[in-house]
Amino acid sequence: MIGSFYELFFARYNYWMAIILMLIGLYALIAKQNLVKKLIGLNIFQTAIFLFYISLGEVRGGTAPIYLPEGVDALYVNPLPHVLILTAIVVGVSVTAVGLSLIVRIHEEYGVIDEAELLQELRRR
Amino acid sequence: MTLIDHLPVFLIAIPILASLLILVAGWWDRRFCYPISLVTILSQFGAAVIILAQVMREGTVRYYLGGWAPPLGIELAIDSFNGFILATILLLSVATVIYARKSVEHEIGPEKTIAFYVLFQLLVTGLVGMTITGDIFNLYVFLEISSIAAYALIASARKPRSYLASFNYLILGSIAGGFILIGTGNLYAATGALNMLDIARLLPASFELATVHAGFLFLVIGYSIKAAFFPLHIWLPDAYAESPSAVTILISTVMSKVSVYALFRIIFTIFTTAYIVDVFPVTGFILFIATVAMIAGAVIAIAQSDLKRMLAYSSISQIGYIMFALGVANQIALEGGILHILGHAVMKGCLFMVAGLIIYRVGTSRLSDLGGIAKVMPISCAAFALAGASMIGIPPTIGFMSKYYLVLGALEAGHWVYAAILLLGSLLAVGYIWRFIEIAYFRDGHDGGSGARTLEAPASMLAPMVALALLCLLLGIFVEGLMEIVGPAASLLLGGA
Repeated sequence: MIGSFYELFFARYNYWMAIILMLIGLYALIAKQNLVKKLIGLNIFQTAIFLFYISLGEVRGGTAPIYLPEGVDALYVNPLPHVLILTAIVVGVSVTAVGLSLIVRIHEEYGVIDEAELLQELRRR
Repeated sequence: MTLIDHLPVFLIAIPILASLLILVAGWWDRRFCYPISLVTILSQFGAAVIILAQVMREGTVRYYLGGWAPPLGIELAIDSFNGFILATILLLSVATVIYARKSVEHEIGPEKTIAFYVLFQLLVTGLVGMTITGDIFNLYVFLEISSIAAYALIASARKPRSYLASFNYLILGSIAGGFILIGTGNLYAATGALNMLDIARLLPASFELATVHAGFLFLVIGYSIKAAFFPLHIWLPDAYAESPSAVTILISTVMSKVSVYALFRIIFTIFTTAYIVDVFPVTGFILFIATVAMIAGAVIAIAQSDLKRMLAYSSISQIGYIMFALGVANQIALEGGILHILGHAVMKGCLFMVAGLIIYRVGTSRLSDLGGIAKVMPISCAAFALAGASMIGIPPTIGFMSKYYLVLGALEAGHWVYAAILLLGSLLAVGYIWRFIEIAYFRDGHDGGSGARTLEAPASMLAPMVALALLCLLLGIFVEGLMEIVGPAASLLLGGA
């Protein structure tokens, strides 16, 4: 009982952390009214996915995958997920930039960045 | 290797270079943008046709980027299915770029044309990349390239509401992107591969793993959001209605189709029919949701008061038809579905072009302001009627042919009720198409008394619209030629040769 509980939660705590962060991000995306906070939620959500990928490639006791001279034995971590996430980080940064510039435009246009007030403003026009 | 062997990579490399070239040349003189863009997309279309011919002759074309064979390298793989999609989306891109020239000057403003063509080029690059890549992570990267370009293009209408539409699409699109990323990660965790064929080969060993089920759901939900599959379509009506006409045409015809393509590719090539029928039966559920989408999209379309918004909801309904094929998942239905990807792209492109022309000339797309518009814009309204007939599915248009195959497929699989609902959906399409026809032809408002005045738009906007309208008819009549590509494509998806 204790063993399976340990197996489920603590042996894979990295995935649980990623899931918890992901849900926090999704919650902010859906429930927050402020557009900037939504974008922050999006960033938390994406970071959680990055963590998921990075811990996926980790090998206990592994070292950085750098080619060692002949005869030296080493355990490498898997570099591929890390490389993939480098790409995904670039995507995340670009999306954040586009999103923030859109918020600037929305603020210039309506003077508010709160969703509820924005809807009022739209209805008023 | 000769130059011809390198064509697949040119499809991606040349438009990226062209987008930079447009930026530089546009600084020098703004008039260079359009010719460069047109030449690039035309040459891409030419390359796509050559590759498709090669695929039909010799089978799947594989190109290893940098000469590195998978699993180490990334491959571009073009078979009869994505070759067909590739030719379709580039055909529509050519039509859109010709149409865009005047439309962009009018709606976006001359000072922003450079940015428009750069983004347009990047959007097409991303979509072409998504279509021809054979690597599942590559698919995600190209998806994000096209998405980010699309967010900026939607906001380029510079109307207050278009910023909001773009922001909402950005939020939902990024959630979709995140889901796709998680799904890709799950598949990688289960198989250790990213190449689609490798995953397909290794996956059956771990079909029962929860990781694989979760990955499947994340991928399908992610791409369903991008494809605006009901009920994940919330972003679509605003994004279509508020963006500039040229952008609406491109994202409604090309972008949504490529997402649907990705969905087909993931479900049939990576997970294979064995998974979706035996291990994790979802086809019945997809079929059910698809029929709901057909009916709901059409009913909401009938209730709209704005032409562009009406067409946007009709798109949701039409995506339902394509997903219907996925739900039935037999040879005939898939032929119908693939045919409908082309058919819907052509007819919806034409309909949105008419809407764009009306905005260009009249300045509004509110249906109540368009009474009698056919008297001043006869060619446009005739094109609308022709494409609308195809949308409803009147023989011998392409819309009829694809629905015919869909119904045949459903009957063969024994889904009598769903086939009947599909026909009901076509009947509802009459509702919203006829609504515009009735307003345009039989109501007063735009006679103006003069009679001589015509509001038809410039030839460069009329030509692609008329061409697409005629294509609706011609593709339907000469459907046999298309079936020679679509037939092998469908059997390829089902795991045949």
